[in-house]
Amino acid sequence: MKLDKIESKIAVLPIDNVDTDQIIPARYLKSISKEGLGEGLFRDWRFNEDGTPKPDFVLNKPEAKGVQILVAGDNFGCGSSREHAPWALVQSGIRAVISTSFADIFKGNALKNQLLPVVVPADAHKELLNSPWAAVKIDLPAQTLTLPSGRVVNFPIDSFAKQCLVEGIDELGYMLQQEPAIAAFEAKRTGPVNTLQS
Amino acid sequence: MKPRTIVEKIWDTHVVAEKPGAPTLLYIDLHLVHEVTSPQAFSMLRERGLKVRRPDLTIATMDHSTPTTSRELPVLDPVGKAQLEQMSNNCKEFGIPLYDLKSSKQGIVHVMGPEQGLTQPGMTIVCGDSHTATHGAFGALAFGIGTSQVGHVFATQCLLQTPSKSYAIRVDGALKPGVTAKDIILAVIAKIGIGGGTGCVFEYLGSTIRSLSMEERMTICNMSIEGGARAGLVAPDDTTYQYIHGREFAPKGADWDAAVARWRQLPSDHDAEYAHALTLDASELEPMVTFGTNPGMGIPISASIPDPASVSDPIEKSDLVKALKYMDLQPGKPLKGHPINVVFVGSCTNSRISDLRAAASVIKGRKVNPKVRMLVVPGSMQVKKQAEAEGLDKIFREAGADFREAGCSMCLAMNGDQLEPGEYSVSTSNRNFEGRQGKGGRTFLASPLTAAASAITGVVTDVRTLL
Repeated sequence: MKLDKIESKIAVLPIDNVDTDQIIPARYLKSISKEGLGEGLFRDWRFNEDGTPKPDFVLNKPEAKGVQILVAGDNFGCGSSREHAPWALVQSGIRAVISTSFADIFKGNALKNQLLPVVVPADAHKELLNSPWAAVKIDLPAQTLTLPSGRVVNFPIDSFAKQCLVEGIDELGYMLQQEPAIAAFEAKRTGPVNTLQS
Repeated sequence: MKPRTIVEKIWDTHVVAEKPGAPTLLYIDLHLVHEVTSPQAFSMLRERGLKVRRPDLTIATMDHSTPTTSRELPVLDPVGKAQLEQMSNNCKEFGIPLYDLKSSKQGIVHVMGPEQGLTQPGMTIVCGDSHTATHGAFGALAFGIGTSQVGHVFATQCLLQTPSKSYAIRVDGALKPGVTAKDIILAVIAKIGIGGGTGCVFEYLGSTIRSLSMEERMTICNMSIEGGARAGLVAPDDTTYQYIHGREFAPKGADWDAAVARWRQLPSDHDAEYAHALTLDASELEPMVTFGTNPGMGIPISASIPDPASVSDPIEKSDLVKALKYMDLQPGKPLKGHPINVVFVGSCTNSRISDLRAAASVIKGRKVNPKVRMLVVPGSMQVKKQAEAEGLDKIFREAGADFREAGCSMCLAMNGDQLEPGEYSVSTSNRNFEGRQGKGGRTFLASPLTAAASAITGVVTDVRTLL
């Protein structure tokens, strides 16, 4: 799978520190596969006790149909290491999240699942927060985001992660090719290895 | 040579390959595995026809979906049961040692590792769990990873990593009675916020940290992620070596002497530079308790609940309003004295023997308030056995508390131990996110001492009034 350009309306979730327990509650983590996690996405914010949707929640609004980009407050994805969080977002059609910052583990997990974490400066973020359902453009190769006003801002991304996304490089495949280096490292190692063989 | 931090020293000895345009390929010494974040990684191995490259550096336990009822009883939740069975099958198929529900070594992965002597200074340690930083208490670089990376470590024993920034957290001064390691870390997180350490590794320094036991250091390192840092560590010292010595997987004989000599080289050079720094005076701390829906929303026990009217940033303000609404709390009022329904003593933060001793010291000779349900969940079967040997189980049971089998339990409520909607708990765990301990449940994070004191009175309590 490759990822280069995304054009979509934005759904705005103006909440800081959206944690992974909100993105997908722990009770959805008993699955042994990746399937069906979309139904757990923001479960307790999206649905009432009786399973009916909460009409006020942003992703339940009629405008949210087909939305591929979520704009959220600072420090999105804090909390647990559950990769179920990006899985649930991707299975719900979200391809990019825009914020001023992301929690480290979430960001790494997102990048491994073709979900693009886009970090923008505060002024661009403010414009996005004030423009619900406006259309924006993300150009990953150029690392640019075109705001609703037409202004273009750059966003940072790790160069290797970008290459993997744009060219569809399989990260594990890349690592497996380095087997000779791994074997050589182990052969000359005198440090704290073989702990379980004592 | 440029002065280096302990993290830089560990990093330098684990570089397998560095190529232009790519992150460093970093070797992993120990991979801990549990049932929740591993099944999809094992499936990936099967799909690609791969093996676990170093099953001898990999070890698994059951903790998250694990019932804390008697091990003689069947697992009632069919989905949880299937996940545990899958874990057994995966470990058998790929040759990974597993401490299952019948094992005397089973326990929360971050309690089990140190207790078995698996966790050692200078190691790189990973686990599909954000609280892996716990092992940093031993001067190891330990951090949580996602399931894709669990697969990467299975297949290659390596990870692609870029270095984090260094963040020195210096704590000096003597703790007052009733103030604990948990209060230190809650105070740190309240100060920097839950995103304050994003992109960083914490190194805890200072005389207070040096004076702490290994279990106290584990409590502090455990919650590094709640300050946004993937890892947090304490340089090893004699306290560290004494803890490790003689444990099952610890080096023995001449290997031990060699290991200690190596470990003594690890502490950061005195003139090493840090990207960020924070200092804290431990003597000024009170017992801490959280009032809101993230671990950064903490206050000293004598303080009032913050008022959104005093916050200028609009999102911050609305987040505080949202948190207080969820918690059904009034700004400006004290949290002390607020009625509670449940007390949970457990989790990878505070379920070790010293935590149980601390809680028992308050409970002893008293009764749990009839309005309160108190759960004491040892972090491992070894902790449970030790607690029973010391008669702590009797103290808890005679007071009216429930003393259970080992697991993560009500920290994340995956195993049936959970709050009912609207209930308030004082919990020794690490997260107070909405619904974390059960849908609609409300969590006040605190130390084992504060939790035990609150269990007695039925309200959020300053333990110093009961000491």
